[in-house]
Amino acid sequence: MTALSGSTQPVLEVTGIHKQFPGVKALADAGLRLYPGEVHTLMGQNGAGKSTLIKVLTGVYQPDGGSIVLDGQAIRPRSTQEAQALGISTVYQEVNLCPNLSVAENIFIGRYPRRFGMVDWRAMRRQAAELLQRLQVGIDVGKPLATYPLAIQQMVAIARALHTDARVLILDEPTSSLDEAEVQTLFGVLRRLRAEGMAILFVTHFLEQTYAISDRITVMRNGEREGEYACAGLSRLALVNKMIGAPADADEDGTEAQAGEEREQGEVFLRARGIARKGALQPVDLALHRGELLGLAGLLGSGRTETARLLFGADRADAGSVEVEGRRVRLANPRDAIAQGIGFCSEDRKHEGAILPLSVRENMILALQARQGIWRAIPMRRQQQLASDYVKWLGIKTASIETPIGSLSGGNQQKVLLARWLATEPGLLILDEPTRGIDVRAKQEIMDYVSALCRKGMSILFISSELPEVLRVSDRMLVMRDRQACGAYRRGELDETSVLGAIAGESAGEGNKDTAKDTAKEGA
Amino acid sequence: MNTRVDPGLTKPEGAVAPAAWRSLLLQHPLLRPAAALLVLLVLDALLVPGFFRLEIKDGHLYGPLVDILNRAAPLMLAALGMTLVIATRGIDISVGAVVALSGTVAAMLIGGTMVVNNGVPEYVANTPMGTALAAAFGVALLCGLWNGVLVAGIKLQPIVATLILMVAGRGLAQLLTDGQIVTVYYQPYFFLGSGYLFGLPFALYVVAAVLAATLLLVKKTALGLFIQAVGINPVAARLAGLRTATLIVFVYVFCSACAGLAGLLVTSNIKSADANNAGLLLELDAILAVTLGGTSLAGGKFSLAGSMIGALIIQTLTWTIYSLGVPPEVNMVVKAVVVFIVCISQSGEFRALLKRRSA
Repeated sequence: MTALSGSTQPVLEVTGIHKQFPGVKALADAGLRLYPGEVHTLMGQNGAGKSTLIKVLTGVYQPDGGSIVLDGQAIRPRSTQEAQALGISTVYQEVNLCPNLSVAENIFIGRYPRRFGMVDWRAMRRQAAELLQRLQVGIDVGKPLATYPLAIQQMVAIARALHTDARVLILDEPTSSLDEAEVQTLFGVLRRLRAEGMAILFVTHFLEQTYAISDRITVMRNGEREGEYACAGLSRLALVNKMIGAPADADEDGTEAQAGEEREQGEVFLRARGIARKGALQPVDLALHRGELLGLAGLLGSGRTETARLLFGADRADAGSVEVEGRRVRLANPRDAIAQGIGFCSEDRKHEGAILPLSVRENMILALQARQGIWRAIPMRRQQQLASDYVKWLGIKTASIETPIGSLSGGNQQKVLLARWLATEPGLLILDEPTRGIDVRAKQEIMDYVSALCRKGMSILFISSELPEVLRVSDRMLVMRDRQACGAYRRGELDETSVLGAIAGESAGEGNKDTAKDTAKEGA
Repeated sequence: MNTRVDPGLTKPEGAVAPAAWRSLLLQHPLLRPAAALLVLLVLDALLVPGFFRLEIKDGHLYGPLVDILNRAAPLMLAALGMTLVIATRGIDISVGAVVALSGTVAAMLIGGTMVVNNGVPEYVANTPMGTALAAAFGVALLCGLWNGVLVAGIKLQPIVATLILMVAGRGLAQLLTDGQIVTVYYQPYFFLGSGYLFGLPFALYVVAAVLAATLLLVKKTALGLFIQAVGINPVAARLAGLRTATLIVFVYVFCSACAGLAGLLVTSNIKSADANNAGLLLELDAILAVTLGGTSLAGGKFSLAGSMIGALIIQTLTWTIYSLGVPPEVNMVVKAVVVFIVCISQSGEFRALLKRRSA
């Protein structure tokens, strides 16, 4: 690979890093080597120690032992600023910018160019525009960041990281909220930076993306470096195998066979007719049967999440009607929906799901307690019982049920939130991107629970950006585009090409539209 | 030592070694405020002769400690209400105004007229005392409702929303009284703020009752959990099915109710309502008490006991300064210094800095 031939001296060499947290050994002998001009992917399951290792590199955590060598110099950054000054820049998973400041201000925040002791706004705008041009992003840098989509915000974060003459650029799951086209743009940028000789460390859960961009891969497991591999010489199966440390039969084929079984379906649980919201969603019809898993596919902004929010009363529909078990219901707020037996796991775990400083137990019982009302407090014994049951059943890795949910890994937080809704024993569970930003194993586990819940008669509305995932588990699928439903498929008709066509709005999808409408109506 | 172990449930506290106990104790959130109060009390014991002396006169308990507790009563009430407001990430700076308003309403309704009964002069209330108290309390509840609707309904920022009532409430009280001090001549009303029951000031029973009721409400219902959830992440709380707006209105009503009660104690204690000065800046002391007690202004986790200790720290400090004969002008500065020390000792950043220095 270019990297291996281009340079023999790693720009960053990390060896034998140990890090102990109270009760948990987060890193034991972790390490990696990063060469200039390569994209190096760090892979591993949730809790494998990827985030911790990155936080050690960026000075957030101090390691208990081990060495970090940058350009032949041993370093031990004590803060992110120090790491940045040394040339290690990081773009985090959650965009850490100020939405109400302008793009230029966001790029230069804390280090505004100065002139006569005052901020030189004009120089700042010019330099910001230049930096973004380097990434081939042409936007008005004077506008507030919030006016741009998440993908652009991600580019701004990268521009910000680049500004500091970075030698090493770390990207911590930058693609988890990007759609396919945006990912391609990002990869274009990464390739250009690689050609400029930047050493790029890329953390992701997406196998496809790993193979699309990486030169080499370091796999971590249980806080250790499992191994370092040239991307070309490692099959996907072997990679997954190394990540989960299990025999290779936990691969995709196995799951497909498992989910392929036809599920028993009951009568209609929920039927929505023409629900719409101005500026967010064109009228949508859908029906969900008991024990049915309806997949909702489409790009970001296609109306997937908007549909889910209307069904849950998180936003109010200004047209259409919803029936639950044949009765017309009013869904003016989440309480109404919960009372009808609807649960909703939001795509935005951090802001709309987890209440971080509260414990696993408190997070789990919150929805159930809310439904019971303030006066009928669930007895502590019952709370503990519920929480420990779900921890056991969902295999949640936590020190105890009293641990703050914020100290759990993403996948485990997601399971806690799943438990929050399962505790209310819903008839319909809406899962919006339940597997975003979590590792392969946890993903698989969550999909398994979802299938099990369907078999027990729960209806599930499943939204995911990963098409193969939706295809694999759905009984029926609704494709959305431009804030409206543009296609519907039954199991058996589901094939990736035609669905992709519908998502992208190609002719194949259009042709399907009529049959799609019929299928959607067939629930009636 | 607590050795309660629930069968079938592994409680982490169940089996901790003595060393772990010590660290648990050291990490207890109430440790710092309690230690600060203790230091103050020890200082007082050294500086003020007979500080811990308690004596019984006419069946009443007297002594500096009782005095401090008694005088702290209005602040403790205000701090209780403020704790819940702050836990929802809010703030209520109208507390002092509500104190003045409720006190004024009560004082004006009760007033007191001298009548001569069988040659014995006697004061009677203008309005039956029960009605007057209910009216004053009702006014306080209305104030809270106003604040709550502005914050939860109209979504004004809490500090701006309550600023309106902070100005208007006191203004209204001054309008009602024409800026004059309203004196109360009705004996039974004085019992509230200066009477004794079973040897202890009655005000303490009021505080104890409100504290007990609040603790029950917070611990035995889901209120405590809900308030924390709303304070930490209102969006997630709403999506989990909480009535976030109702909760927020409730905490403001509760806070004003506490302030209203405090207003009754204050007017009853000084036998008059002074719309200009009653409860002046009490909201700031209450916020301070809550902060000293370890509740973060960022909302979420809160400690009612901590706020009570915080209120006692402030009152002990005031008492000490006066009893040492420090000129009142110095009072504010000394208070600021002590508060600074306590707050900085609670700051994680500062502790980390110290640690780094000593390492």
